[in-house]
Amino acid sequence: MGLLTFKGGVHPAEGKELSKDKPTRVLQPKGELVFPLSQHIGAPAKPIVAVGDTVLRGQIIAEAGGFVSSPIASSVSGTIKAIEPRRVPTGDMVNSIVIESDGAFREIEYQEADADALSNDEIIARVQNAGVVGMGGAGFPTHVKLSPKEPGNIEYVIVNGAECEPYLTSDYRIMLDEPEKIVEGLRIMLKLFDNAKGIIAIENNKPECIAKLRELTADESRIDVAELLTKYPQGGERQLIYAVTKRSINSGMLPADAGCIVDNVETVVSVYNAVKLGKPVMNRVFTVTGDAVADPCNFEFYMGTSFKELLDAAGGFKEQPEKIISGGPMMGFALFDLDVPTTKTTSALLCMTRDEVAAADSVATACINCGRCVEACPEQIVPSRLSKFAQHGDKESFEKWHGMECVECGSCSFICPAKRQLAQYIKTMKKQILADRRKK
Amino acid sequence: MSELYNVSSSPHVRSKDTTGRIMFYVLIALLPTSIFGVYNFGYKALVLILVTIASCVVSEWAYNKIVHKKNTLGDLSAVVTGLLLALNLPATLPWWQAVIGGMFAIVVVKCLFGGLGQNFMNPALGARCFLLIAFAANMTNFTIDAYSGATPLAALRNGESVDTMDMLIGRTAGTIGETCTIAILFGAIFLILMGVIDLRIPGSYIVTFVIFMALFGGHGLDSNYIVAQLCGGGLMLGAFFMATDYVTSPITPNGQILFGVCLGILTGLFRTFGANAEGVSFAIILSNLLVPMIEKITIPKSFGQVKEGKKHE
Repeated sequence: MGLLTFKGGVHPAEGKELSKDKPTRVLQPKGELVFPLSQHIGAPAKPIVAVGDTVLRGQIIAEAGGFVSSPIASSVSGTIKAIEPRRVPTGDMVNSIVIESDGAFREIEYQEADADALSNDEIIARVQNAGVVGMGGAGFPTHVKLSPKEPGNIEYVIVNGAECEPYLTSDYRIMLDEPEKIVEGLRIMLKLFDNAKGIIAIENNKPECIAKLRELTADESRIDVAELLTKYPQGGERQLIYAVTKRSINSGMLPADAGCIVDNVETVVSVYNAVKLGKPVMNRVFTVTGDAVADPCNFEFYMGTSFKELLDAAGGFKEQPEKIISGGPMMGFALFDLDVPTTKTTSALLCMTRDEVAAADSVATACINCGRCVEACPEQIVPSRLSKFAQHGDKESFEKWHGMECVECGSCSFICPAKRQLAQYIKTMKKQILADRRKK
Repeated sequence: MSELYNVSSSPHVRSKDTTGRIMFYVLIALLPTSIFGVYNFGYKALVLILVTIASCVVSEWAYNKIVHKKNTLGDLSAVVTGLLLALNLPATLPWWQAVIGGMFAIVVVKCLFGGLGQNFMNPALGARCFLLIAFAANMTNFTIDAYSGATPLAALRNGESVDTMDMLIGRTAGTIGETCTIAILFGAIFLILMGVIDLRIPGSYIVTFVIFMALFGGHGLDSNYIVAQLCGGGLMLGAFFMATDYVTSPITPNGQILFGVCLGILTGLFRTFGANAEGVSFAIILSNLLVPMIEKITIPKSFGQVKEGKKHE
C-alpha cells in the first residue's frame, strides 16, 4: 500500500532533530500563573472565583460560557491575585485569572471512573467538565466534536499524530512516552460511535511512533495505525480526512459530514485523563526549540506558566533571536514579547536567529504567475490571484475564486519565489468578508 | 520589559526558490540551443545574441532609472528576454535592428505595461513580430554560407522534400535558436526536471497541432510531414520556452491545457491556410491575448467543492 497523502503541499525543513530525542521533563512553575478566559473556540469562560480566594490544583476556576465553550481549571494551588486583561500569544488582550502559586501544588480529589461502566452521556459530560479542547492548536471544545447529530453515521475516529508542523516534537514525545494513554483514550471515544473505526494517523518521519502504536494495537480489532507521507499540511483536518478516507470536505462542512471525528493525540490523552482519572486539563507537552535556544527540549508544563519561564528552563538564548514564535513556523504566532502565558493550545516556543520573512521581503519581486502557489495549495485554489483580489478589495472575485476555502496553512507564502505575502493578504480578506457576513 | 522581537503573519519560513533562480534555470536550459546556434551560424550569431541581451538589459535599467523605479535587473528576466529574442532572429540580421528589437521588447511590451509580471504579451515574441513587420526583408533572410535561403517549412510548402534528420540535429536554415530540435529538447527536459515547467502547455500544444495537421494539412498521417512540421518553424522552441512563459500563460491548470489547444489550432491554421509558413510567434502572441478569458472560464474547483450555486446567502 502506498503512503496516504493529499494533493498539493510543501516540504519545509523539518528541524525536529533539535528536540525530538529529549525526553519530556516536568517543569513546576514559580510565582504567578495566568489563565486567559478565552483559550478555546466559542464563548469565553466565566470566572467562578474572586480575588483573594484560595484554590487547589485541579479546581475549576472558570465555567463554560455556553455549550460551545470550555471550563478552565487551575494548574496550581494558590491565591487569586487578579482578574484582568492580559496579553496572550496571539497578541490580543484577553480577560484572565491571575493566580499566585503557593508552591505546594495541593490537589483536589479526582473522581476516577471505569469507562466501561459509564454511559455515553456521562463520558461526554466528563470530557466537557474537564475542559478538554482541541490541543492541536484550534482549541475547539472536544465535547462538541463528540456530540454529532447522528453518532451512528460516524465511521472513523481519526487520531491526528501527523505533527506536520516543522520543529514541533510534543506529539512525537507523547506517542513515544504515553502511547497506552492514546490507545485507551481512543477506545473510550470509540465507545461513543458504534460504527466507527479508530485510525491513528502518523507521518512516516516518525517510524518509532508508528512501530510502537502498531505493536500496542495489534490485538485491537477496531484500531488501525495509518502511515502518512511526510508533507505539510498533512495534519490539516481536511487534508488528513482525505488522506485517510479519500473523502473531501469544504469550508461549509464538518468532519462529521464525511463520517469523521478528528482529534489530536494530546487531546485524546486528555480525554483519557478526563474520563478515566477525572482530571481536568492542567498540563500539556511543549517544545522549546530553534537555533537561538541553548538547550532545545520538551517540557510538560503547568498551564498558565509564562513563555519566559519555559525558555529559561531550556537554558535561555545562546544567541540573540530575531524572531520568536508561539507554535510552529508555518502557522504559529510571532511574539514581540516573551511575557505571555501558555494555554491549552500552545504547543511550542520557537526562537530563530534569522527572520526569514524580513530577509525575503528585501528581495521580493513582482508575481510572475509561475503557479507554484497553485501547485502547493492543498485547497486547490489560486493564491496569487486571490491575494491580488484581496489587495484590490475585490470581495466578489475573491469569493468567486473560492478564497473562503483557504485553510491558512501558509504553503503559498512558503513556496512563492517572488517572496510575496500571499497567505497574509488572503487571511486578512477572509476576516473582512466573515465580518461583513456577521453584520448582515 | 525586554526588547521587542520581529513580528509578521505566518508562515515564518520561506523556500529558497527566487524569481532570479528560476530565470537562471531558463538561461541554463537555453544554453545547448544557444551554443549550437553559434556553432551552426558562426560568430555573427554570437554577436547578435550578446547585442540583443545587452540591449534588453540596458533598456530595462535605463527605463527604471528614468521613471524612478527600483532596479529590477536582479530578477534576470531581461537577460532571458534578450536571449529568447536573439534565438528568434536570423543570424544575418543587422545588429542595430536587434538593438531596436530589444528596446521594443523591454520598453514597449514589458515596462510600459508595469514591468515584470504585468505584460500581457511575451516580450521576446512581441518584439520579433514587430521586427518582422518593420524589417521584413532582413527578418526573413536566412541565406548563410552553409545553407540555401529557404527554411525547411518554406521548402515543404513549395512541395520540396525535406530531410527530417537534418531538422532534428539542426543542419537547416532558420533563426539562431529554432533549428536544432535535439538541443531544444535537452533544455526542455532540464526545465521539466527542475520543476520550472510542466507538460500541460507544450503537451496539449503539440498534440492539438499534430491532430490539426493530420486533419487539415493535406498529408494525412505522413510521418515525414508531421515530424518536419513539428521540428520546423520554431515550434519546439515556442512550445517549451515561450508558450510556457509564466506571465503570459494561464495560471489555472485547465486553462493551461486550453491555452495549448488554442496554440495548436492557431499554429495549424496559420501554417495551412496563411501566407506564412511558420506562424508559431503569431499563434503565441494571439493566444497571450486570450489568457484573461481562458482563466475566467477555468477557475479551478476548490478541494471538496460540491455543486455550484449551493452557497447559503
